[in-house]
Amino acid sequence: MNAITRPLIASDPWRGFGGAGWQDAIDVRGFIQANHVPYLGDAAFLAGPTPRTTALWDGLKPLLAEERRRGVLDVSTSTPASITAHAPGYIDRDHEIIVGLQTDAPLKRAIMPNGGLRMVEAGLQAYGFTPDKLVTEIWTKYRKSHNQGVFDVYSPEISAARKSAIITGLPDAYGRGRIIGDYRRVALYGTVALRQDKQREFHELDNAVFTDDVLRLREELSEQYRALDELRQMAASYGFDISVPATNAREAVQWTYFAYLAAVKEQNGAAMSIGRISTFLDIYIRRDMTAGTLTEAAAQELIDDLVIKLRLVRFLRTPEYDELFSGDPTWVTECIGGMGEDGRTLVSHTSFRFLQTLYNLGPAPEPNLTVLWSTHLPAGFKAFAAKVSIDTSAIQYESDDRMRPFWGDDYGIACCVSAMRIGKQMQFFGARANLGKALLYAINGGVDEKSGQLVAEGLSPITTELLDYDVVVERLDHMLDWLARTYVKALNCIHYMHDKYAYERIEMALHDRDILRTMACGIAGLAVAADSLSAIRYGRVHVIRDDRGLATDFRIEGDYPAYGNNDDRADDIAVWLVQTFMAKVKAQPYFYRGSVPTQSVLTITSNVVYGKKTGNTPDGRRDGEPFSPGANPMNGRDVKGFVAAGASVAKLPYECALDGISWTASATPGALGHTADERVQNLANCLDGFAGAGGFHVNVNVFNRETLLDAMEHPELYPQLTVRVSGYAVNFVKLTREQQLDVLSRTFHASV
Amino acid sequence: MLDAVTIPERLSHAHPSGDSAVGYLHSIETGAAVDGPGVRFAFFFSGCLWRCLYCHNPDTWKLHGGRPVTLHEAVAQVTPYAAFLRMAGGVTFSGGEPLLQAGFVGALARRLKQHHHLHLALDTQGFLHAALEDAWFDPIDLVLLDIKHADPARHLELTGQPLQPTLDCAHRLARLGMPMWIRHVLVPGWTDDPGDLARLADIVAAVGPMVERVEVLPFHQMGASKWAALGHPYRLADTPTPTQEQVAAARAIFAQRGLVVT
Repeated sequence: MNAITRPLIASDPWRGFGGAGWQDAIDVRGFIQANHVPYLGDAAFLAGPTPRTTALWDGLKPLLAEERRRGVLDVSTSTPASITAHAPGYIDRDHEIIVGLQTDAPLKRAIMPNGGLRMVEAGLQAYGFTPDKLVTEIWTKYRKSHNQGVFDVYSPEISAARKSAIITGLPDAYGRGRIIGDYRRVALYGTVALRQDKQREFHELDNAVFTDDVLRLREELSEQYRALDELRQMAASYGFDISVPATNAREAVQWTYFAYLAAVKEQNGAAMSIGRISTFLDIYIRRDMTAGTLTEAAAQELIDDLVIKLRLVRFLRTPEYDELFSGDPTWVTECIGGMGEDGRTLVSHTSFRFLQTLYNLGPAPEPNLTVLWSTHLPAGFKAFAAKVSIDTSAIQYESDDRMRPFWGDDYGIACCVSAMRIGKQMQFFGARANLGKALLYAINGGVDEKSGQLVAEGLSPITTELLDYDVVVERLDHMLDWLARTYVKALNCIHYMHDKYAYERIEMALHDRDILRTMACGIAGLAVAADSLSAIRYGRVHVIRDDRGLATDFRIEGDYPAYGNNDDRADDIAVWLVQTFMAKVKAQPYFYRGSVPTQSVLTITSNVVYGKKTGNTPDGRRDGEPFSPGANPMNGRDVKGFVAAGASVAKLPYECALDGISWTASATPGALGHTADERVQNLANCLDGFAGAGGFHVNVNVFNRETLLDAMEHPELYPQLTVRVSGYAVNFVKLTREQQLDVLSRTFHASV
Repeated sequence: MLDAVTIPERLSHAHPSGDSAVGYLHSIETGAAVDGPGVRFAFFFSGCLWRCLYCHNPDTWKLHGGRPVTLHEAVAQVTPYAAFLRMAGGVTFSGGEPLLQAGFVGALARRLKQHHHLHLALDTQGFLHAALEDAWFDPIDLVLLDIKHADPARHLELTGQPLQPTLDCAHRLARLGMPMWIRHVLVPGWTDDPGDLARLADIVAAVGPMVERVEVLPFHQMGASKWAALGHPYRLADTPTPTQEQVAAARAIFAQRGLVVT
């Protein structure tokens, strides 16, 4: 590998940094490991917001209120987005420490027709904007979109599966997202060195056999270094020269943000995580503080200002999209904490500073702050994270102990629960298949219980009045074969076309050339399917058929054990479903671009739509009733409390769901303990217990039901009320009414 | 008063304590964080001879309304959580009134102590303590003793039972060196009179240093629907929940006597 040319500039940007290796090749992890200083103390050092920070944030509140009222504040309708498409934009130019907006004004959304023109047009029309004629003409006559490409190749059965909602949320009309550029590379190396390294990677292939794969890669690498040039130009338009490395903390934050900004300027990816930047930035902050050029208040101000920017990231989407993924989420996921492979914690002062933004600016759903929990985390950090959860309900926890053995100690979370090594791994996002509906298809021989249409061919229906467990399992087995086959084919179509028509140039420029790709499948309705099978096995389930002969209702005799009570009879069925569907997916003959199949147990808010589109199920759930989110037990069926429910969820095998397993738990503040200190200690202990039991992810909500009811009546009084829903957080008042009711109906643990 | 309830003389004989012993269980809660220190596994036993007007679990009154469980089964319920509970809290026996099944509960406590070394708390109104030997309390680490009212007449009106046995229990536990948390539910119009609270605070203070903490628990209406479902007349339908100020004022009365109050 060629040495990276060290830029000749007055102040050595790497002064005082130690370690070897990272200077000669792109190696951000090596830099972090050689220079980070674990912080084992408590939160006492933190600073509140400066008057400048408060004024800047307050100045945005009227705009945010107006946006809440109208859904979308403004759209740049005639300028298709790119890294350099828009002139610089500011909130308040003289008072911003970190600068840069997606377009030329705050909350003004860009259009990104490469993903799909229809999405752009429908999004504009839904919010009262007029699509631009020239844009329509270009993406109709001259330029093909990802969306068009996909529909050119779909098979009839894929279209049928999509229409009947046995597979939903596929990224075939919008950007797939879930790719995390290593935005830190820009701060550490500058764009010139990164460009040189990309050219090295390109020329290494000059003498390769020019197969389809190699040609595609060479074209992509050319796009990548072009994107790095555009990133440099974009930063220059704001007055910064990022061709060279950052020389101080403020520049490190600014350079990292510019890199991220370039990504969200160009890609309407569903989820646009920022990665794992806090402890990386801490190294720069610490150096400046040691040199006496930065105070704690000023350090906090940098992070506060960055977080304000991250809170303003927006994408133009359609109402149908919002119905699935409600509340305008962007999943600017930042991972905080975790342990190093050497046993030292990666918690730093700046890990605390990121959480502190929830106090300094008030609660907010974005950035999606994700604490990488380990039972070995320092006690002071555990306590602070628990306190922030109790006060804001704005953070989620994922088990670093579970992930580190698979992904090392420099992974980030894409979207909600998808771990990937930063800059070394990406995923092909695949939304999810509906297991509840799959069970009904198994009973009805592939005919949809709602439309009466034959969707899955080649299956025979069950005709008995009483459901026999072995027969149902045998039919389900065939049905899942069909589902996995159709699903993986759809994903192969989508990702082939996305690479072709909506390639993520800047995000991939901030990856190594040779990366691990995963094909991230997913399942919804796990609890519905598990409980249905449990009812069939341990109770007696009679079929009620309609005049078409379709099983459209069920009569359950006797009790059955429900998933979520730490009862192996039901939990083993859930485990079996996760294992079985993963095995069916893995058995498929081809995964685009050598990707490795994985799956998640995650719904985001689509559990509501999945429920709406699924008829009565044998567990007693009624037609249209929401599924439980993610891997949650069905609402109200986990009757033994939080610890038992968590123990059930923790049984789901991570190795069969490497794209993550999501659990959302809600408790009232009073249920966590009598005093503030007890609540913090109890929550931290529960998180240790859950992680110790092998649990993967938990959203922690702490609020009173009454607060939510009042917020439904008086949304204007609760602009920042934040709730965690399956893998991300939202402003409660931005949820659809249906989803608000779903959150309310969830089990509120009257104890934890 | 709802129905006359008679107290059997020695309850423990009715419940042998071998493996075949059977207890009646209303429900369990694996994450109880306000029933003793830390996060606890709570057994809610069925059966209570009291008829407190503000009871929020009237569905636990009938002993045989619960689900029968053997000693072996009850221990097995706790086993999966034992390591967690040792770190985070322990086990609490609540109800209903757990001393109504003192034989079973005592045997269960001994088992849990012996096998799992867990912190054990007993949540009781203490009324039935006289029927128990001192040794019964050996495995118990903490008693959450509920004192409903300081005035004997009001106590009788509120609960259907006399006050004195509960006070005797407090003093006996103090003699035994048993740590106690005294619990008192603050019901506006019933238990919030400053004079009554002062009297109660004096009573509690007189029990001495084994009282580690006093918990003033605000009345809530979450039990109302259960009364309706059971068809019992509910007299507190119009009783408000106490305000934060009322709760703070009540706590101050205990704090003034040097008691730790939450």
